[in-house]
Amino acid sequence: MEKFQVHEGIVLPLDRANVDTDAIIPKQFLKSIKRTGFGPNLFDEWRYLDHGEPDQDNSSRPINPDFVLNEPRYEGASILLARDNFGCGSSREHAPWALSDYGFRCIIAPSFADIFFNNCFKNGILPIVLDTKVVDNLFSQVEMSPGFSIRVDLSKQLMTIMEDQSLIRFEIDGFRKEALLQGLDDIGMTLAKAELIRNYEEERRKITPWLFS
Amino acid sequence: MSGKTLYDKLWDQHLVHDDPNGTSLIYIDRHLVHEVTSPQAFEGLHLAGRKFWRTESTVAVPDHNVPTTVDSATIDDPVSRLQIQTLDQNCNHFGVTQFGMSDPRQGIVHIIGPEQGITLPGMTIVCGDSHTSTHGAFGALAFGIGTSEVEHVMATQCLISRKSKNMRIRVEGHLSHGVTAKDVVLAIIGKIGTAGGTGYAIEFAGSVIELLSMEGRMTVCNMTIEAGARAGMIRPDQKTIDYIEGRPYAPKGEMWEKAVANWEELVSDSDAVFDHEIVIDGAEIAPQVTWGTSPEMVVDLDKSVPDPSQETDPIKQEGMQRALEYMGLEPGTPISSIPLDLIFIGSCTNSRIEDLREAASVAKGRKVAQNIKQALVVPGSGLVKKQAEEEGLHRVFIDAGFEWRNPGCSMCLAMNSDRLRPKERCASTSNRNFEGRQGQGGRTHLVSPAMAAAAAIAGHFTDPARL
Repeated sequence: MEKFQVHEGIVLPLDRANVDTDAIIPKQFLKSIKRTGFGPNLFDEWRYLDHGEPDQDNSSRPINPDFVLNEPRYEGASILLARDNFGCGSSREHAPWALSDYGFRCIIAPSFADIFFNNCFKNGILPIVLDTKVVDNLFSQVEMSPGFSIRVDLSKQLMTIMEDQSLIRFEIDGFRKEALLQGLDDIGMTLAKAELIRNYEEERRKITPWLFS
Repeated sequence: MSGKTLYDKLWDQHLVHDDPNGTSLIYIDRHLVHEVTSPQAFEGLHLAGRKFWRTESTVAVPDHNVPTTVDSATIDDPVSRLQIQTLDQNCNHFGVTQFGMSDPRQGIVHIIGPEQGITLPGMTIVCGDSHTSTHGAFGALAFGIGTSEVEHVMATQCLISRKSKNMRIRVEGHLSHGVTAKDVVLAIIGKIGTAGGTGYAIEFAGSVIELLSMEGRMTVCNMTIEAGARAGMIRPDQKTIDYIEGRPYAPKGEMWEKAVANWEELVSDSDAVFDHEIVIDGAEIAPQVTWGTSPEMVVDLDKSVPDPSQETDPIKQEGMQRALEYMGLEPGTPISSIPLDLIFIGSCTNSRIEDLREAASVAKGRKVAQNIKQALVVPGSGLVKKQAEEEGLHRVFIDAGFEWRNPGCSMCLAMNSDRLRPKERCASTSNRNFEGRQGQGGRTHLVSPAMAAAAAIAGHFTDPARL
């Protein structure tokens, strides 16, 4: 897994609550059997004016100039500022794959949907939960200052607002932090506990044998 | 020390190891696989040179992409076809049991699990699909996972997890005539919101839940994720045991007796403490219709489209305005006056035999209204379809003007060719009314099977009892 240690980037504000995974990456792109190439179709239905299909040349499609992703001032953004319950809906990991493929490394929101939140960590994306008031404040700051950037230091759990060097502290689960910092392989870690799993199976087989027949 | 909840018990029984870093290793009894969220996991396993930990715990079925038109033996869309062929190849390569396209048991993954007795009480069940919560209706701990975790379960039979908090939602009293399991769960989502259950495992309880059939309970647990909780569950009872007995994958003989004795202990202790508890009066639940682009945007059938100007939270207000614009609705419009273009009866929420009976009882001897361009009935599995045909339900639907289709996810998420066109309005028995869910620009109203059938006949929303 890709590591996340320190990242600095332009912030893109997506000012709507309950952004679902169908909006992040519409279903027709889920037919792919790969993990990559979803970036051009991130937020496809909001981003383009026509209907998108897989394997299409996206560069010639009509773009929706009103959608924030298409505003020149946010070009190259890598930090997404969002509202409550971001990533709700389906379990599709294609959603973090699309965000990552586009270039997002960090998402800031007052709350996330559980499965999406979990999926981010498996893909080197850092989702940061901040108080609603702090998020409100960031939305106003982004609006006022073109090029608004943040530097995120995961190890120190600190965000620096580049414009005024002000600091925002954030909380993160210790295990997830370590996994991101080191780019750990979950499966490798669990396989190191193979003996524990086999012991569990042996004990469990005695109590619930029908689950093993 | 206080007692344990059903969730606590299921968690404890599957705990392999508590790590000092605060995570837990949880054992997975059953892994369900479909074509959309598995290819990258199989590939990952292959590239890392890893083996399946326990292939016999795994069952695969193609459902999301499959065509539902009765005469389509092959898939026209090459991209969809490749995904289904990839599932075939992966299952063959790794030796995973698959109910393939031509298998009479093929169907929606969450329909066939219970139907085959693959789903059992006391199990941990996962699938790369958020509606895995459906299986919680059997007193199982069942939840959706992403593709990385699919690969993790394939390789280790475990997940690295953290325990959720406990919530209990008790629906007490009795339901009014004509109110269904779908109305119950939509009303719950309307009450607690789409993020109301985030971070919790929800146990559904109370007399209304106890009175529901197993299929009704599955409908309720299915939409737990629409309330933000990954897992919903109901304690197993005699109804659960009767439902499972004799199914192909259910334990038999002496093993059956042993299993039943074990399942009877799967109940929250009377002194168990829940972090959050909600009590709903069943008598207050009316037939429900969603009006917006989130399942929490739901009202009673006899109400009107709400007015965003009455909402004090500015973010919610903006969300409502955006939803109304997308849905092409004006505040104050009576729900029952909204005309429809399409009807979809199907999905892992509502495509079981009882759902089809419920819809057929409304459609019987009637005709689909002139303004309805298409009314689809998509059974949840090949076996549901067969059962319905034996009961003559397909005749009822066909005579009324519905299309009788082959099983699959179909227009719930429109990955196959069943989809809405821009601005088309659909009464749907599925689970999500998100923008574009049923086709770009399509407008979805979530309802029960009875309501969907009534809407097909009337051409607009109406109380099935008043037809």
